[in-house]
Amino acid sequence: MSLDSATVRRIAKLARIRVDDAEVGVLQTELNAILGYVDQLNEVNVEGVAPLSGGAQMAMRLREDTVTDGEQAENILANAPDRVGQFFAVPKVVE
Amino acid sequence: MAYSLEGKTGTWEVVCGLEIHAQVISESKLFSGASATYGGAPNAHVSFVDAGFPGMLPVINRECVAQAVRTGLGLKAQINLVSRFDRKNYFYADLPNGYQISQFDHPIVGTGDVEIELQDGTIKHIGITRLHLEQDAGKSMHDQHASKSVIDLNRAGVALMEIVSEPDIRSPEEAGAYLRKIRQILRYLGTCDGNMEEGSMRADVNVSVRKAGEDFRTRCEIKNVNSVRFVMHAVEAEALRQIEVWESGGEVRQETRLYDPARGETRSMRSKEDAHDYRYFPEPDLLPLVLEEEFVAGLKAKLPELPDEKRRRFCDEYAIPFYDAGVLVAEQATADFYERVAKGRDARLAANWISGDFFAAMNRTGRSIENPPVSGAALGELIDLISDKTINGRIAKDVFEEMVETGAMPGAIVEAKGLRQVTDTSAIDAAVAQVLAANPDKVAEYKSGKDKLFGFFVGQVMKAMQGKGNPALVNEAVKAQLG
Amino acid sequence: MSLLNLTIAQAGAALAAKKFSAVELTAAHNAAIAALNPRLNAYITTTPALALAQAQAADARIAAGTAGPLTGIPLAIKDLFCTAGVRTTAASKILEPFVPPYESTVTRQLLEAGTICLGKANLDEFAMGSSNITSGYGPVENPWKRNGSDAKLVPGGSSGGSAAAVAARLALGATGTDTGGSIRQPASFTGLAGIKPTYGRCSRYGIVAFASSLDQAGPMARTVEDCAILLGAMSGFDPHDSTSAERAVPDFGAALGRGVKGLRIGIPAEYRMDGMSGEISALWEKGVAWLREQGAEIVDISLPHTKYGLAVYYIVAPAEASSNLARYDGVRFGARVDGEDLIDMYERTRAAGFGSEVKRRIMIGTYVLSHGYYDAYYLKAQKVRNLILRDFNNAFEKVDAILTPTAPSAAFGLGEKMDDPVTMYLNDVFTVPASLAGVPAMSIPAGLSAEGLPLGLQVIGKHFDEETVFAVSAALERAAGFTAMPSVRAE
Ligand SMILES: [Mg+2]
Ligand SMILES: [Zn+2]
Repeated sequence: MSLDSATVRRIAKLARIRVDDAEVGVLQTELNAILGYVDQLNEVNVEGVAPLSGGAQMAMRLREDTVTDGEQAENILANAPDRVGQFFAVPKVVE
Repeated sequence: MAYSLEGKTGTWEVVCGLEIHAQVISESKLFSGASATYGGAPNAHVSFVDAGFPGMLPVINRECVAQAVRTGLGLKAQINLVSRFDRKNYFYADLPNGYQISQFDHPIVGTGDVEIELQDGTIKHIGITRLHLEQDAGKSMHDQHASKSVIDLNRAGVALMEIVSEPDIRSPEEAGAYLRKIRQILRYLGTCDGNMEEGSMRADVNVSVRKAGEDFRTRCEIKNVNSVRFVMHAVEAEALRQIEVWESGGEVRQETRLYDPARGETRSMRSKEDAHDYRYFPEPDLLPLVLEEEFVAGLKAKLPELPDEKRRRFCDEYAIPFYDAGVLVAEQATADFYERVAKGRDARLAANWISGDFFAAMNRTGRSIENPPVSGAALGELIDLISDKTINGRIAKDVFEEMVETGAMPGAIVEAKGLRQVTDTSAIDAAVAQVLAANPDKVAEYKSGKDKLFGFFVGQVMKAMQGKGNPALVNEAVKAQLG
Repeated sequence: MSLLNLTIAQAGAALAAKKFSAVELTAAHNAAIAALNPRLNAYITTTPALALAQAQAADARIAAGTAGPLTGIPLAIKDLFCTAGVRTTAASKILEPFVPPYESTVTRQLLEAGTICLGKANLDEFAMGSSNITSGYGPVENPWKRNGSDAKLVPGGSSGGSAAAVAARLALGATGTDTGGSIRQPASFTGLAGIKPTYGRCSRYGIVAFASSLDQAGPMARTVEDCAILLGAMSGFDPHDSTSAERAVPDFGAALGRGVKGLRIGIPAEYRMDGMSGEISALWEKGVAWLREQGAEIVDISLPHTKYGLAVYYIVAPAEASSNLARYDGVRFGARVDGEDLIDMYERTRAAGFGSEVKRRIMIGTYVLSHGYYDAYYLKAQKVRNLILRDFNNAFEKVDAILTPTAPSAAFGLGEKMDDPVTMYLNDVFTVPASLAGVPAMSIPAGLSAEGLPLGLQVIGKHFDEETVFAVSAALERAAGFTAMPSVRAE
């Protein structure tokens, strides 16, 4: 499989990364090189093999339902690029 | 008669399925230790996990898992002992991580079944497709500032159960009944407070229309409808819109829509138009959720009696009509109140009093079952006074009103006001004789065949006795003396 | 006595014996950093004042007799670990202004053990790279030079700043993180020991995530023993990380003297890649001989899916990264570039804040998860990942540990291997399989190339059997007697 420039743009849109026209071409070449490399997986027979999501091999622990966090709005907001009072602020969204 | 809509080209059937988002009752959030309580100062119920800070990791809340299992059991659904979490990726200002942790391929609860009752008494089954756990998003507000939207993350990360129905719903009435029934079950289970005004329950409504015998046509999803009434309206409005589209030669596009209650119509959500590609994949920060059989069995053993079972039991145990039982079990607290009053008494009488005078007094006084206009003990005592014939039913109504007004116990009221029923037949005979003597013309009319006047004589006798005559004995005496 | 050219074990003993104070030790390192870091760029942020304050506290503990083996030991902390009150950038411009109000579990444990934070070490941006050239704060210079050449070499990556700092005597040890080789490959390039423990051994809480199912913290130091001491303090169950293993931390140091007598060491046929340099295979042979001489049994094994490890890695890691990095949107923390509307702000912020390698990986990751491609790429990769795990499990029925080279080459020059991303990715060919399987793996300096550059050998162990890894590594270390030092270093 290989990527055309429209797909590169679509993916960039999905990833919310602005790319200009010059970047599209470079990305297309680089991404296709990577996809070309990973295409070797096609030769592996994976019939009947379960997908493995991670290296950890155990069941999940469950946490007790107690309030142990929160009540620190100032800390939460301390790094905010923009805020209005105790809220985070972003450009106005029209729904 | 099945619900249908008439179009220019014939009769249309409505097909509907609901995705209900129900906020789980828990102390803390699904994956963080911040409070899950509604409200709070902006961004107060927020941990770094909820705000998606670098390096923060989710740790699942046992109680939220238990609540999902309880709900699954209440929906007569399959509990999946192994489930897992996935990330649903999309960008939005109130979605801090850029993904929602949800369950995609392997939900915690599988297929189930819910019974709904329609106005005409019909019972219908609605299939449950699945229930899964997921995080709520934060809240964007657009009217707090002139040029900015502001974000509060207090709800971000609160546990939600998404309950997905099969497309088994065929009318607005069924949609409403289903939503109410789910809310009732969740409230019985104590897994969601069902408060739609605060947003702890909201529904995505999937609607399509078709002609008889057809397969499903394209459906539209109406997002976040937040009342039973609006769900019912939305189903109808959307169905009518789709019929018009089809009948005018158009094609219904699969899309996300919004219900506008002010205009009573649905409209396309442009903001969601750019076809979402959520890129679901297994959440690598979490391991599979594996439940022990005993964990599920333990929750099952402690499950409360649910409304359907309770209703049937009330019919059997208390010999009350199915309809009345339905009224009494609508809220668990009402059902409990009823059982306290009915225990060891005339259960039918108790049912009548609660669904009649008691509910009326509750509405009139603006009180609730938790803070009732008369206590269960007082109402029980009143019923005892009726049953042992200390007072008759008419006097009981006066006594009840006095109880509501003053809070006094019925026995005390009866004693203080001398309201005991008169069962002394000589006193009753005398009162009857007096009434007949005072109305010779009516006696003559009665004797010439005007049977209806019998009630008049009884009423006059009761009035003469200040309502305290035993109704049966009064009847008997009137009948005897009229010959 | 130089306060810089000590092992952690030596420095710890000297501090305990009050031969010098933690303040003296720290001040010496602060001065060395001030002198050499402008050239090497091993640290993104230095914290000399904080380090001295911590050193004073350490001296107090030593005086009070409550010190442990790490009390007063100055470390470089990879700038991927969130440190409360100290800027944490992940070497990305998008986190340039970010000061975490919280501490990662690993660094908190190290602080509790009394270590001193000299500063935040440079790395590849978001740990994505094998050369440290993708850092948003400039590349790191490897303190090692080729014989008779002053050309700048890369220190490897992504923990390249950590590696350069320890090699150049700008820290006694460092924290690293390893997702596909990011501790082991830079350790190999700079003549250090470094271990990626079993996935789940160290908490990931507070470490800026790259690929969650692969990321593991680990130590980098000048000796195997130092790594054992550090790992002991870094490991342990953490209720804040659901993938953290609920098991006791062994005494890693105790395993160092076990020796390899009777151990079965596997030599995987598939690691003999086409075109492997003669130097690398010769070093590997030497390693085999050293272990055999010390009584180990050498067993030929097969890890047939090893050759697909890189391909799997370059699907799985970017996929997870594309999602993990979605939070860098300019809303709650980090840098923001204003836009006309929300989406415009996102796109500008992320275009300006991420470097090209990060963008490339986000794009690939987004693509392989996207509708219609998931099964062909991501799901397929997960299945092959399972086969790779099976390979290891099968091998470990026959052997106690596996010996391979760490990297296919010695450190390369700044600007080399940049023709296309895949060439660079090949650096990780020997390290990636252990990451995919979640097994522990360690690199130890085993010799010098003809050009005078360090080369490493890798020891891979069973899940949660770091002790055997340490035992084998210590045996190799003793046999190799690696004492060379980089030409650029603080004295
Ligand atoms: Mg939905
Ligand atoms: Zn949902």
